[in-house]
Amino acid sequence: MQLTVNGTSHEVDVDPDTPLLWVIREELGLTGTKYGCGIAQCGACTVLVNGVATRSCVTPAESVAGQSISTIETVEETETGRRVVEAWVENQVPQCGYCQSGQVLAATALLTETPQPTDEDIEYAMTNLCRCGTYNKIRAAVRDASEA
Amino acid sequence: MGVMDLLKKTPINVSRRGFLAGAGSLVLATSLPSRPVRGQESEAGPDVPAFLELRPDGTAHLMSPWIEGGQGVYTAMAQIVGEELDLAPENFSVEIAPPGGPFGVMGGFRITGGSASTRSSYTLMRRLGASARAMLIEAAAQELGVEASELTTEPGQVVHSASGRKIGYGALAEAAMDMPVPADVALRDPADFRYIRSGTPRIDVRDKSTGKAQYSIDVEVEGMLLAAVRHAPRLGMAPSAVTNQSDIEAMRGVHSVHMLDGAVAVVADKFWQARKAIDAAEIEWTEGDAKWPMPADFSSRGFRDTLAGFTGDVVSVESEGDAAGTLDAAETVIEATYDAPYVVHGQLEPPSATARMNEDGSLDLWLPNQAPEQFVGRAAEAAGIDPSQVKLHSQMLGGFFGRHFLYETANPFPQAIALTQATGRPVKLIWTREEDFLRDAPRPLGLARFRATVGPEGPTALSIEAVGEGPTGRWYGAPAGKDPSATEGLSGKPYAIANKAIGQVYTDNPAVIGYWRAVGHSMHDFMYESFLDELAEAAGLDPFEMRLSLLSGSERHHTLLQTVGTLSGGWKAGTYEAEDGSTRARGVAMASPFGSEAATIAEVSIDGGEVKVHNIWTAIDPGQIVNPAVIEAQVQSATALGVSQTLAEELIYENGEPTARNFDLYSILRPDQMPEVHVEIVESGAEMGGVGEPGLPAVGPAIVNAVAALTGQRIRSLPLSKHSFG
Repeated sequence: MQLTVNGTSHEVDVDPDTPLLWVIREELGLTGTKYGCGIAQCGACTVLVNGVATRSCVTPAESVAGQSISTIETVEETETGRRVVEAWVENQVPQCGYCQSGQVLAATALLTETPQPTDEDIEYAMTNLCRCGTYNKIRAAVRDASEA
Repeated sequence: MGVMDLLKKTPINVSRRGFLAGAGSLVLATSLPSRPVRGQESEAGPDVPAFLELRPDGTAHLMSPWIEGGQGVYTAMAQIVGEELDLAPENFSVEIAPPGGPFGVMGGFRITGGSASTRSSYTLMRRLGASARAMLIEAAAQELGVEASELTTEPGQVVHSASGRKIGYGALAEAAMDMPVPADVALRDPADFRYIRSGTPRIDVRDKSTGKAQYSIDVEVEGMLLAAVRHAPRLGMAPSAVTNQSDIEAMRGVHSVHMLDGAVAVVADKFWQARKAIDAAEIEWTEGDAKWPMPADFSSRGFRDTLAGFTGDVVSVESEGDAAGTLDAAETVIEATYDAPYVVHGQLEPPSATARMNEDGSLDLWLPNQAPEQFVGRAAEAAGIDPSQVKLHSQMLGGFFGRHFLYETANPFPQAIALTQATGRPVKLIWTREEDFLRDAPRPLGLARFRATVGPEGPTALSIEAVGEGPTGRWYGAPAGKDPSATEGLSGKPYAIANKAIGQVYTDNPAVIGYWRAVGHSMHDFMYESFLDELAEAAGLDPFEMRLSLLSGSERHHTLLQTVGTLSGGWKAGTYEAEDGSTRARGVAMASPFGSEAATIAEVSIDGGEVKVHNIWTAIDPGQIVNPAVIEAQVQSATALGVSQTLAEELIYENGEPTARNFDLYSILRPDQMPEVHVEIVESGAEMGGVGEPGLPAVGPAIVNAVAALTGQRIRSLPLSKHSFG
C-alpha cells in the first residue's frame, strides 16, 4: 500500500491490519512516535492524519492509505508546530519525555484547528497521559503557544 | 558485611540473618548515606579523564554515574561540575557511564534511586570539576610560561590578569588531560555559586520535545530480530505446549517459537509480526517451579484480611517511653487499621531489552536499568559468561519510579539473552503493556495497626505495628526491624509523643514486590498522618495547630509547617464555599522522606460522588539545593503520582492473577484530575536531602484528611475510588 508520511509517499508491504504505529516505527524507521499501551488509552503514539491528532496504535495502516500523515519528526515544519515546540522548551515541559511527542502533536492539532482555545478546549483536546505528571506545564505551554 | 558490600552483589533472597551487621541505620536504597562513602574520598584526586572529556570546541562531555529518566540528574551533574570547572552547564553534554571502574561511586556499584544521586555524589562532582579546572590552569601556565598561581579562570577560559592574556578551555583541552590530577583542590565558596542553586534549564528538553530522544525501545542493532512474549497468566506456571506451533511458525515474518522459563516467545522480522503471532499462539500451561510462585487462590482482598489478622513477633523499630503501659492504663484507646494496595509503576515506556552475543563470546545488552553493576552480574549468569564479557549499554529511561531495579521475573533481559543465544541473531524483546502489568514488581500491599491514647494536648501514647514485607527485605535480605522499606513513614516521624512503640510484624508477601516512588513512605505516611488527624479529632484539637504544638521542639519542622500554611493563604479548618460554588475543605500532612522534609496542604471537593483535588500546596526542605526549577518539577511530578495513587490506583489480584493488564482497567492520573500545585522551597542549610521522591508521601494523607474534614468519612483503605461519597 501507499502511505504518505511527512510529505513523502512510501510503498510499504505489510499486512493491511498492521497498526500505523508499527509501520511508522519499523518500516519507516521513525522512532519519535512511541508505543505506550497499544489500546488508545495513553496517546504516546499520537500522529496527525490530515492534521487531526490520531492514536496510531489502533489505526490500521490500510485505513489511512493515501491520506496525509505527519509525525513528530516534521512538527517544526509548520508555524504552529514550531510555536508549540518553543513553548514546550520555554516551559520546560518534558521530564522523562516518552509521552511528549504525542503531547506536542496533540497541542499542534488543537492550535491549528483552534488558535485561541478556551480552557475547556484544552481540556477536551489534551487527553494524553503523562506518568511524570507534567500536566500543569503542558497546560501552560499550550496557553503560551496560543497567545504567541 | 556492610550494607555497601551487600549492595554490590546481585540481589538475591539471601538469609535474613547477618544482614547489616554493624551497618547501623544506613540501609539501602531507601536511606542511602548522603555523605560520600568510603572509596570516593581517596587520597588521590578523582579520576578526571574517566569522567570528563574536554573537547577542542570548548565544551565538556561528562560521564554520569546516574541514569536520566526525567528527574533532571544530567542537568544537575552539569551544574555541579560546571560550577567548579568554571564552565556554564549549557556547554556540557552528559551520558550514562558504563558499569564498573571509577563509576561505581557508592563503593564499587551505584543505583539511581532512593533520591540519592545528587546528594551522594555532590562532593565528588565538585571535586571533579575543581580538579579539571586546576589541570587546565596548569596547562595554561606551561603554555604561557607563567606560574599557575598567576592564573585564574572565567567561564570557559583561563585568564592571566597581569598581561590580559586569555586561553579558551578548548585550546587547552588536550594538554590539560595530560596533567596529573591534583590530590587536593579548594572548592568554591557557596556564597559565590553561579550555577548551583540556579534554575538552569534541563539540557535534554528540546530533544524530548521534538521526538529526537532515544530510549531502549528505539535501539536498533544491525541484523536484529524482534521478539514478543506471553507469560504464564499466573506466576509459577510453565508452558507445556504450543498446540498450534506450526501455524504460528508459518505466519508472516515469523522466525521461530521458543519455550522460555514461564513464558513463550515468538521471534520475527518485525515486532508487530511477533506480537500478532504470540497473540495467536494456543499455549497449554502447567505448574512450573518459580522461586515465588503465586498461590492459585491468591487474592489481594484476601491477603489484606490475612495481614489484618496476622499475629506474630513485633520487632521494634523505634521506641520511646512506655507505650504499652500507657495504653494499658488508658481509659480510652483509639484503634484503627490502615491499608494501601498493590500499585504498578506504569512508566510509559514498556520494558524492553536488546541482546547480541558476539563471536568472541561477549554479550552486548541495551536496556533500561537503575543499577548497572547488578544487571551485569545477572546478565553474566543468564548468559553463562564472565561478567567481564558483558557490555551493558544503559539507555535513557522513559519513566522509572522504581521499575528498573533488578527483580526476579520482572526484567525482560534474561529472556532477550536466551533468545539471542537460541537464534544466533541479535534480538530486541519488547514486553507489551499487558506483559508489563503481568510481571511488574508492584509496590507491596501494606497494612498497619494503630493504637493510641490522647490527652488535652494531643497524643500521649502511640503504638504501631506494620504487618508484612518490604522490598528491601525481599531483594536484599533485610530482616524485620532492619528493613526501612517496611516501616519508613511510620517510623522517623518528628512529632513529640512521649510514649511510642513502632514495630514490624514480618510475614511474606506472595507477590514479586518492588520499589515504587517513595517506597514505604508512599503508603505509610498516608496511614500515620491520617491516624494523627483521628487523634486530633479525639482530643478536640485542630489538626494543623496540634501538629505545630507537637513540633515545637523542632524548629525545622515547625518552620516548614508554618511555611505551607502561609503558602496556602493561611490554614483553613472546616468547610467553606469556593468561588465556583463548590464546597471545599483542606487537609494537612507532613513527611520526612529521603533526607528531606515536606509539608502539604490539599484542597478537595466532591464532584459527582468522586473526590476532586483542586489545589496542593507543598513546602519542601531538602536542606541544600542544586536546581530550584528541577525541585519544583519533581514536586509537581511526585504530587501527580501521589494524587494518582490516592484517587484511583489499585492492582487487584484474583486467583493469583492481576485483573488489570493495561491502562483501561487500571487508572493512572488523567490531565483533568491534576490539581494546581504550589511549591515553596525552604533551604534550611541542613544536610542535603533528596528531591525526586519527597514531594509524594504527604500528598495522600493531606487529601484523605481533607476528605474527612469535608464529608466526615475517615478513609483507612486506599484508593478513594472504591469508596462512595454522597
